[in-house]
Amino acid sequence: MTDIASDAGETWLRPVDQAGRVVLEAGGTWTVFAVAELRHIEDPAKGRRNVAAIDIAGIHKLDTAGALEIVRLQKLFPDADVEGGKPEHLALIELVTKGIAAGVVKPQRMGWLAHWLYELGETVMEFFEQTARLLAFFGEVLVVLAGAIRRPRRFRMSSVVAQMHEVWILAMPIVGVLTFLIGVVVAYQGVEQLKAFGAETFTVEAVSISVLRELGVLLTAIIVAGRSGSAFTAQIGTMQVNLELDAMRTMALNPIEWLVVPRIIALTLSMPLLVFFGNMMGLLGGALACMIYLDFTLVQFFDRLRDTVYIWHFWTGMIKAPVFAFVIAAVGCYEGLQVKGSADSVGRQTTKSVVEAIFFVVVLDALFSIIFLVAGV
Amino acid sequence: MNDAATLPPLVEGGQINDHSQGRERVISIRGLRNQFGANVLHDRLDFDVFRGEIVGLVGGSGSGKSVLLRTIVGLNPWREGRIEVFGEDMGHLTADERSHVQTRWGVLFQDGALFSSLSVIENIELPLREHARVPEAALDDIAALKISLVGLPPGACAKKPSELSGGMKKRAGLARALALDAELLFLDEPTAGLDPISASNFDSLLRDLQRTLGLTVVMVTHDLDSLNAICDRVAVLLDKRIVAGTMEELLAYDHPWTKEYFHGPRARAAGIR
Repeated sequence: MTDIASDAGETWLRPVDQAGRVVLEAGGTWTVFAVAELRHIEDPAKGRRNVAAIDIAGIHKLDTAGALEIVRLQKLFPDADVEGGKPEHLALIELVTKGIAAGVVKPQRMGWLAHWLYELGETVMEFFEQTARLLAFFGEVLVVLAGAIRRPRRFRMSSVVAQMHEVWILAMPIVGVLTFLIGVVVAYQGVEQLKAFGAETFTVEAVSISVLRELGVLLTAIIVAGRSGSAFTAQIGTMQVNLELDAMRTMALNPIEWLVVPRIIALTLSMPLLVFFGNMMGLLGGALACMIYLDFTLVQFFDRLRDTVYIWHFWTGMIKAPVFAFVIAAVGCYEGLQVKGSADSVGRQTTKSVVEAIFFVVVLDALFSIIFLVAGV
Repeated sequence: MNDAATLPPLVEGGQINDHSQGRERVISIRGLRNQFGANVLHDRLDFDVFRGEIVGLVGGSGSGKSVLLRTIVGLNPWREGRIEVFGEDMGHLTADERSHVQTRWGVLFQDGALFSSLSVIENIELPLREHARVPEAALDDIAALKISLVGLPPGACAKKPSELSGGMKKRAGLARALALDAELLFLDEPTAGLDPISASNFDSLLRDLQRTLGLTVVMVTHDLDSLNAICDRVAVLLDKRIVAGTMEELLAYDHPWTKEYFHGPRARAAGIR
């Protein structure tokens, strides 16, 4: 990298005895690029008393930062007069002297205990407030949804379709590739482990049950949270920063109706379709691995699948899809609405949205396991 | 209809009469062409700015004032022509030469463009710290000086940009643009959105700084008061080119747009004859 400060030129400040009195001679380049050096050479001058004058005739380049240093010298030596300044330099010093009267107000620092208590209290309050806000948000979404059912004109169909293109069609390649690969990997592991028992044909059950019940829907949900949930937060958050949401509110357009509900509907409709597609790709991956490692034909794989794998393994996966979708979309939109003020906040809320969405998805998945266990499917 | 050919002849650098007075050309543009798709914004545009003057840049909406500003500071690649700033050919600079030029100018964007993750004082300290290597002990002093020079209350130092009003953001942006005491300032509508008192304070601040620091200033503005009060010359974007001159020359200039602009009711209210 270049040393931009290198062209600062020479800078000096030295005490000189002139007929019994001490004069500080300042000269050279007194600019912001020389401040570091000035602070360095000021120190020896500090100890001196009886400085009668500061001679600035030798300064050939002065800017506000340099003028500020001269004002500092004046404060160090209140008895000294400034001599020899060019008119424009004196004008600058005057401007700076007027300017520094105001001073700085820095944020106050707390002691560690006070700070810790403050943080604790804020976290607790934030948790309650967050819960209240989330409930209010869900309530508002449900009210708008109910209103839309009563008056179907309020369904923003074009918006829903546009969002579905975004979150369903455009997500298909990545979902397909990843679930296909996971199918191959699980099947390969199945063959390796089951071989020890001579039960390698059970790989078909291993791969299809794990993909259909868990892997297909979880993987898809994680991709969708990272891809679409984050996009929802960023879109709505950026609109919030641009005051677009305030503009909507003043125009009697409800952001929940225009922005949130279409996204939730679009994702809730898209996710089962994506999960179905992902499941099929996962099974295909498993079939491919079985063809390679077990010398199955494709027909053999799917025959065995049909004969031994209970249909409810498929449905348990599919039932979860719209629920996960609703949570991902709702969290994404909610975090977008929580954006305050700046670009910084958009980034923070987006991170939060993805982490929270994946967290909720996994927790819900665990709840579903219990429900399905009790229901015996 | 208003083809470039219909403009009366101009002297060098898009001027009506020559005002160079042997001064250094801080900015010199020759034959600039800017085009977005089929939309030609600037064509065969010549523009000179001399050291130590304040030039106001005016023009109708969409005439490419901000684009011209962005082109000069290197944010917008141009099609044809040559741009020199401080005598350096902006089209052919190494990265080092470019960053050197960039520390010699300051830019104030329309809404301040403050870094939203930093407080006001940190915004101003950033260039001081990065480019001038100012020691920590001096940072706050210099930054506080700039903050008070632009007329911000000291309480604004610790605030984040999102907590500031539009006018305060603008002043904080100016304080950042002034951080390194740049020789050349680009201001994009500095007084738009300010109340008349702040606007005229801003004008006199700019005049003071310009006199004491010998600044060269290029400002896009529609504030006829500022144009009248502090601009040495006014550059008008007319028919994809610059026509620059003093207020008197432009008042006498024979073009429908300048006539309407400088002889309208708002111009009269600003004390322009």
